[in-house]
Amino acid sequence: MTTPGTDTDVPIEDGKQPVVEQRLHPVTPLRRAWAPVAVLIGWAVHDPDQAQRQLTRLTTTTLLLGLAVCVVGGALYGFLTWWFTHFAVTETELRIRTGLLFRRTVHIRLERIQAVDITQPLLARVAGVAKLKLDVVGTDKKDELAYLGEGHARALRAELLARAAGFAPETAHEVGEAPVRQLLHIPARVLAISLVLTGATWGSLAAALVVPPFLWFATHSLWTVLATGLPLLGAAGASSVGRFVAEYDWTVGESPDGLRIDHGLLDRTHETVPPGRVQTVRIVEPLLWRRRGWVRVELDVAGSSNSVLVPVAPREIAEAVIGRVLPGVTVPAELSRPPRRAGWCLPFWWRGYGIAVTDAVFVSRHGLLRRSLALVPHAKVQSVRLEQGPWARFKGLADVHVDTGANKTVTAGLRDAQEAAELLRGQAERSRTGRREALPDRWMV
Amino acid sequence: METGSPDTAGEARGERRDEPVWTGLPRDLLRMRRLLLVVWLAPLTLGTGLLLGLLCGPAWASFALLPLALLLWGWPMLGRNWASWRYAERADDLLISRGVLWREETIVPYGRMQLVEVTSGPVARHFGLASVQLHTAAAATDALIPGLEPAEAERLRDRLTELGEARSAGL
Repeated sequence: MTTPGTDTDVPIEDGKQPVVEQRLHPVTPLRRAWAPVAVLIGWAVHDPDQAQRQLTRLTTTTLLLGLAVCVVGGALYGFLTWWFTHFAVTETELRIRTGLLFRRTVHIRLERIQAVDITQPLLARVAGVAKLKLDVVGTDKKDELAYLGEGHARALRAELLARAAGFAPETAHEVGEAPVRQLLHIPARVLAISLVLTGATWGSLAAALVVPPFLWFATHSLWTVLATGLPLLGAAGASSVGRFVAEYDWTVGESPDGLRIDHGLLDRTHETVPPGRVQTVRIVEPLLWRRRGWVRVELDVAGSSNSVLVPVAPREIAEAVIGRVLPGVTVPAELSRPPRRAGWCLPFWWRGYGIAVTDAVFVSRHGLLRRSLALVPHAKVQSVRLEQGPWARFKGLADVHVDTGANKTVTAGLRDAQEAAELLRGQAERSRTGRREALPDRWMV
Repeated sequence: METGSPDTAGEARGERRDEPVWTGLPRDLLRMRRLLLVVWLAPLTLGTGLLLGLLCGPAWASFALLPLALLLWGWPMLGRNWASWRYAERADDLLISRGVLWREETIVPYGRMQLVEVTSGPVARHFGLASVQLHTAAAATDALIPGLEPAEAERLRDRLTELGEARSAGL
C-alpha cells in the first residue's frame, strides 16, 4: 500500500527540470465517506423524537433510494477531490494544488519550515497510510497532505528535510532518513503515576462524580443530569485516559535533521523540529511532582500545534534534553528574586517570581505551587517591552515582557525599576548579538 | 519637542548605541485630539443642559456638568499624554516610549520587522498626520507611532524597511 498515486509530468515554464506532480494515496476518498453518516447520526441524537417520527414516515424504497444517493454522492465527491488534488516538491517549495470548484494553490517555502509532522490516526494505521503536515507560520489544517502511503510519507519527509537543510537538489532524493539517537523514552508506569499525581485529573474526576448526583437531588430531571454529567465525564476522561493514550510511548530522539518526538498509543504522531526552531522552552513543576523531582517540559515552535517536549521526567534528565534542544544552554540553578517590597503589589505570589540571564537565554520563573520556568534564547526575541502601572511606580517596580515568535510572551515580573530599565536595554543588546550567532535557516549549509 | 526636519534627521539620529535621540510627536496630533474632544463633548454638554433644563427643571440641568468636567479634565490629560509619547531610531532598533500613569517602553529590533504599516484616516489626513505601525512575528509587539507628518512617516517607513532588509533574520 505504499504506491503514490499516478504521476503526471508537467513541464515548468522556466525550462529547468520538470516538476513531478503527485497524487495522494488512493485510500484518501474514503476519509470523507463517513461525513454524511455522521451528520445523520448527529441529527438523530440531537432530536430523537423527531428522528423517530421521520423514520416511521419513510417507506423502505425511499430509504434505500436516499441511502444510495448519499453513498454515490459522497463517493463521487471524495473521488473528485482526490483526483483534483496534486502536490509537487520543487527545489525550494512544496506546492499543493487542490479544489474542485474553488481552486486553491499553496506554495510553501522549504527554508521556512518550522516543523514536520507525520500523524497516523487509528484507522489510518490499519490502512497503512499517514498524514504529513509542514508547519510554517501561517499554514493551517487544510495545508496537510492526507493521506500518503506510510513509506511514501517517510520518504517525502526525508526529502523535504534534506532540501530544507540545503542539500543539493540532485542528491536530496538519496540522502534518506537521518539516523536517530534516542535521548529519552518514558515508561508507561511513570506516565500513569504522573497523571495520578496531577491535580487536574482529580479535579475533573471529582466534578464528574459530585455534580450529577447533586443535580439529581436538586432537579430530578434525567436530561439535566445527562446534559451536564456527560461533558464532565468526557473532560475527566480526556484529562486522564486521553492524556495517557496521547502521551504513551513518548520518545524523544536527536538526529542531524533536528529533534524527533514520537508518541501515541492509538493515534501515532511523529514530529520533527529542525535545529534552531525552538522559540521557548518551559519547565513546569506541579506541586505533587516535586517530592519525586519530576518535571514536565513544554516547547513553543512557531506555527506548530504541539507544545509538549517531555510529558514527565526526572529534572536532571529533562535538563539534559533541554541542553540538546537548545545547544549550549544550562538551566540556571540560582534565580534573582524581586525586591521584598514586591509583596505590596502581589502579596504571597511574588515569592514565586525570579529571573536570570545567561549568555544564551533569558530565564523567568513564576508560580508558587505550580512552578513554571521559561527559557527564551536571546536570538529568538522579537521585541522587548517595559510596563509600569501607577502602583508599581509608587513602589519603584516594573515588569519586563519579552515577546517571541511563537506568539508567547515571557514576563519578568515586579523587578526594581532601575534594574528593569537596564534589563530592557541589555536584553535588546543581547538579542541583537544573539541573532548574529544564530544558526542559518538551512542548517546543513 | 517638535519633529526634526526629515533631511537632517538621518545624520543626527542614532548612530551611537547608548544615547537614544528621542523625537516627540508633532503638535498637530495634540491639536487634532483636543479638537475631537471639544467636538464631541461641547455639544453634549449644551444638549444635555438645554434638554434637561427645559424639560425637567434647572436642577436637573446640572447633569450637564458631567461632560463639561470630562472636557475640562481631558484637555490637560491629552496634553500630558501627547507629551509622553516619543520614539528614537538607534542603529539596530526602534524605541517607543509612552504613557503617563501606565508607562510603557518598547524596543523592536529592525531585523525582526515583518511589515511596516502607514495609515491615516480622513480627520488625520486633514491635519496632515499619518500613523506608523511595526509588526513582528509576535502579535504582542505593539510598536505604534500614532501621528507623524506624512513626509516623516514615509521617511521612517522607508528607513525601517531598508534597515529591516539589511538586518533581517529568520524566526
